[in-house]
Amino acid sequence: MKAVKLNRRALLKSGAGIAGLAAGSGAITGFPYIMAQEPKVLRYLGTAVNEGDDISKKCLADTGIKIEYITATTDDVTKRVVTQPNSFDVLDTEYFSLKKLVPSGNVLPLNARKIKEFNNITPVFTKGELPNGKKIGNQGTAPWKVMYLDGEKSTKFATKPTDFVTLIPTVYNADTLGIRPDLIKRPITSWAELLNKEFKGKAAILNIPSIGIMDAAMVVEATGQHKYADKGNMTRAEIDLTMKIMTEAKKAGQFRAFWKDFNESVNLMASGETVIQSMWSPAVTKVRSMGVPCVFQPLKEGYRSWASGFCVSKAVSGKKLEWAYEFVNWFLSGWAGAYLNRQGYYSAVLSTAKANMAPYEWAYWMEGKPATQDIKGPDGGLLEKAGATRDGGSYDDRMGNVACWNAVMDENDYMVRKWNEFIAA
Amino acid sequence: MKSRLAPLVAWLQAGPMMLVFTLFFLLPLAFVVVVSFWDYNEYEMIPTFTTRGYADTFEGCLANLPGLCTILKTYLETLKLCFLVWLLTLLIGFTVAYFLAFHVHSKTWQIVLSLLCTIPFWTSNVIRMIAWIPLLGRNGLVNRGLLGLGAIDAPLEWLLFSEFAVVLALVHLFTFFMVVPIFNSMIRIDRRLVEAAYDAGSTGWQTLWNVIIPLAKPGIVIGSIFVITIVMGDFITIGVMGGQQIASAGKIIEVRLNALQFPAAAANAVILLGVTFLIITALARLVDIRKEL
Repeated sequence: MKAVKLNRRALLKSGAGIAGLAAGSGAITGFPYIMAQEPKVLRYLGTAVNEGDDISKKCLADTGIKIEYITATTDDVTKRVVTQPNSFDVLDTEYFSLKKLVPSGNVLPLNARKIKEFNNITPVFTKGELPNGKKIGNQGTAPWKVMYLDGEKSTKFATKPTDFVTLIPTVYNADTLGIRPDLIKRPITSWAELLNKEFKGKAAILNIPSIGIMDAAMVVEATGQHKYADKGNMTRAEIDLTMKIMTEAKKAGQFRAFWKDFNESVNLMASGETVIQSMWSPAVTKVRSMGVPCVFQPLKEGYRSWASGFCVSKAVSGKKLEWAYEFVNWFLSGWAGAYLNRQGYYSAVLSTAKANMAPYEWAYWMEGKPATQDIKGPDGGLLEKAGATRDGGSYDDRMGNVACWNAVMDENDYMVRKWNEFIAA
Repeated sequence: MKSRLAPLVAWLQAGPMMLVFTLFFLLPLAFVVVVSFWDYNEYEMIPTFTTRGYADTFEGCLANLPGLCTILKTYLETLKLCFLVWLLTLLIGFTVAYFLAFHVHSKTWQIVLSLLCTIPFWTSNVIRMIAWIPLLGRNGLVNRGLLGLGAIDAPLEWLLFSEFAVVLALVHLFTFFMVVPIFNSMIRIDRRLVEAAYDAGSTGWQTLWNVIIPLAKPGIVIGSIFVITIVMGDFITIGVMGGQQIASAGKIIEVRLNALQFPAAAANAVILLGVTFLIITALARLVDIRKEL
């Protein structure tokens, strides 16, 4: 017994000694390194969409910039920017948040002249049209409405292009309903099906009020009950109407659950709790990779789209700002774009992403053509067998049919109150 | 000399706790109350006095009569869940504590079995709740089992994303908070009192009702305070198990916070605090905890 005790003491002592030695030696070898080169570190605040270890590793290898991810939900990212602007350097957020973030003055725009590929950014962002000139739906907080500021320190959105870009676009997608074709067993072509009584207790929507209400609005329009001037900016009467229809559906037991994060949506669908629900493209891919049939169903009324991009905290200046530009330029230079495209998202600079993808990959993801060989995900896992085509088809077919964009309404406060009423109903 | 120093020593002893209490509880609470009377817009709080946060919260309460307004409906739902969870945790917790205190005689086994009660806490809150889905879901174990036995023809939908699921998860989580204080009260009961009751000819139920329950009251009240305060403020478990479709006082605050409407969230927090405080005060009236301890 005594021997054991002694051993333990000795171990503790030597342990402390080793720890001390390690700390000392670390400082000694670390010191000249710091002198030689300041470590380039950027704190990156965002949702999980763009954040991947692969991306940060590749970025470190290519540029020497170390990315420290701060991951939060969409709502929490916004909260953090408004309350703790010093807690991050680079912000990755969605365009619809800008109506809250820009007036707060806590984020700074980036200068378009310092972005190498700025002129190659898809016209979806800058003009609201496809590369082939087709106009895209502009309801809601469409990126081109909030893309530019009057000046570097301005908190007003410019109506014409300027050098001061609120968010340098990175990734975007067209969202629709995910369905379980094996359980529904008939074609689904309209948003109206979300509230179809046939799927009572088997439907779900997002638990983010501003997005959930837009999905409901798609249903209301699809069933011909009302035509909105702008689904992303409803009047009080329109909010009342939409919420009334939602409340009736909820009381009748239409919804199984409202989901808030990626994994919840995957679980609901994969377990068969729901057969039709609002969904994100990679979540559909995930369900399919589990061997469960799932389709990201294109619908005749179109898609609800979203887009995100980079800006910096107001606390960023000097060298940090230079690194931020270096990072954003790296992000648009192709490798990351190809990585995102392979997940089913779209990259903002198509030309550089294309150069980083194999022609068969580009044909499958972007041109809607049948895969000529097996399609693999960014992690190398098998996503689709040869011969498969992407749900919704080509980039032009999907982005060209966007009906509205994720939004923050002018009547947001009223809508939030109504949402609480809806939950209590 | 000694008598003059005594008060000072007492203050010094209470000092650290008072400091922590003031810094981390009273001060933040004061801020919440102050902010609840501020105005706000889409992205910032505006420090001017307004009752908007409260007025919005009670919106429609007079206009909707005799119907219920949002806040009343929400609180009724929360109180209902709270009552059910309290009742069940009390019954189960009391039984478990009784078993541990009176039927398990070895101290070692008492400790081992108490530790077993903490198993639900070995995993994270989120995992614990997600684990219910494969069990209670439409194609979950319970439904498959019942279908296999021929007890039901179609899967039971109310097992998951329902009030039943919420109560089940909360009871599973918080029974432990009842067990510990009640067990603690019970092991202090002088066994001779039980023997005396037996000698005086009382039945088992009479002993339980007239001797054990009155003496275990402080534990029951403390356990009740734990459970009630936690359930009143819960929004995560109610959210996940209720499929985000069940209203709770905590959820109203969450929705407001997510929309960056901090003063409105603060107003709701003050209201919740007030309601919870009333319940606790009522409970404390039943038994003088300080005297009993």
